[in-house]
Amino acid sequence: MTDDKDVLRDVWFGRIPTCFTLYQDEITEREAEPYYLLLPRISYLTLVTDKVKKHFQKVMRQEEVNEIWFEYEGTPLKWHYPIGLLFDLHASNTALPWSITVHFKNFPEKDLLHCHSKDVIEAHFMACIKEADALKHKSQVINEMQKKDHKQLWMGLQNDKFEQFWAINRKLMEYPPEDSGFRYIPFRIYQATTERPFIQKLFRPIASGGQLHTLGDLLKDVCPSAITPEGGDIRFFMHYMDISVCSH
Amino acid sequence: MAEAEEQAPVSPQSEGRSGAGEEAPERTPESGASLGVGEPATSPAGSPGTEDPAGDAKKKIDVLLKAVGDTPIMKTKKWAVERTRTIQGLCDFIKKFLKLMASEQLFIYVNQSFAPSPDQEVGTLYECFGSDGKLVLHYCKSQAWG
Repeated sequence: MTDDKDVLRDVWFGRIPTCFTLYQDEITEREAEPYYLLLPRISYLTLVTDKVKKHFQKVMRQEEVNEIWFEYEGTPLKWHYPIGLLFDLHASNTALPWSITVHFKNFPEKDLLHCHSKDVIEAHFMACIKEADALKHKSQVINEMQKKDHKQLWMGLQNDKFEQFWAINRKLMEYPPEDSGFRYIPFRIYQATTERPFIQKLFRPIASGGQLHTLGDLLKDVCPSAITPEGGDIRFFMHYMDISVCSH
Repeated sequence: MAEAEEQAPVSPQSEGRSGAGEEAPERTPESGASLGVGEPATSPAGSPGTEDPAGDAKKKIDVLLKAVGDTPIMKTKKWAVERTRTIQGLCDFIKKFLKLMASEQLFIYVNQSFAPSPDQEVGTLYECFGSDGKLVLHYCKSQAWG
């Protein structure tokens, strides 16, 4: 794990320069200036946009302000997806800064989950951690932790404290040396070309013959159609990196 | 009955092929149907069926629904559910079945440990967390597991 520390830091501190603009049909009392922010890729939109909300509410009448939501080129942005995922999925070809439109009206009920408080984000985040540990360790590690450890994970994310987060998350990423890997690798493959939800399956880190599975093995197993010559124009990304080469 | 006009997301699972230790439904499919729960295929169209499930996705999976705490139980526990049905869809169905108010909260848990997000599909959860050919989900009116 220590060898990976630089990578972990790079992933944690990944930022997307973003320009927030108020939707043209929102009613304001003064002109709404755009608002610029560096968004952490591993966080959630509704967790890091308090300042954006405040900025636009200043020029709006209180009665015009309902639940905030975000949109990029007509696509409502799901707050419960990590920010980096939203960018890679919808905007990876865009020029920076990423231009996000801010809405306070006409919440798209069909496309987005409500997010009335930070507690909702915390519950979602912890559910993801727990689901992953169910796959990695049959939930043993997360269940053995104390409430304060769970809280530390969340506070680490919320306050952008790398050390605080990883002091606990380290335990969730360990496995007994004799196992040489997790029980299953928690992963999700989101598809930019379809409305279908993510692909998620059971995938062991070790092949039946004993050799370690590669990322390419996983992609071949999970998306066989994308690996054939006809699927040649399908590309895979992880944290903005083009990892398609792994599928060849 | 208002329920009869709605498209049921799930249909009661027939008895008789359950393995040892499995909870058999206390109601027959017929009595389930009398509660206004029909096969989606025979129900009037009008659900948000925007998805076009192909192949595997069309096959239904068995879901076992268990109540937690003082949340009312469902007499029919085992249901055949479309793979593309979301947790939200299932949640709405349970609420309707139990005659809960739409505004009441209902939490659904996998493995008695985590609450999948409302847009997750039961088919995916079944792939990863199903056992003995079925997916066991617990439901609760209050938060049961963190």
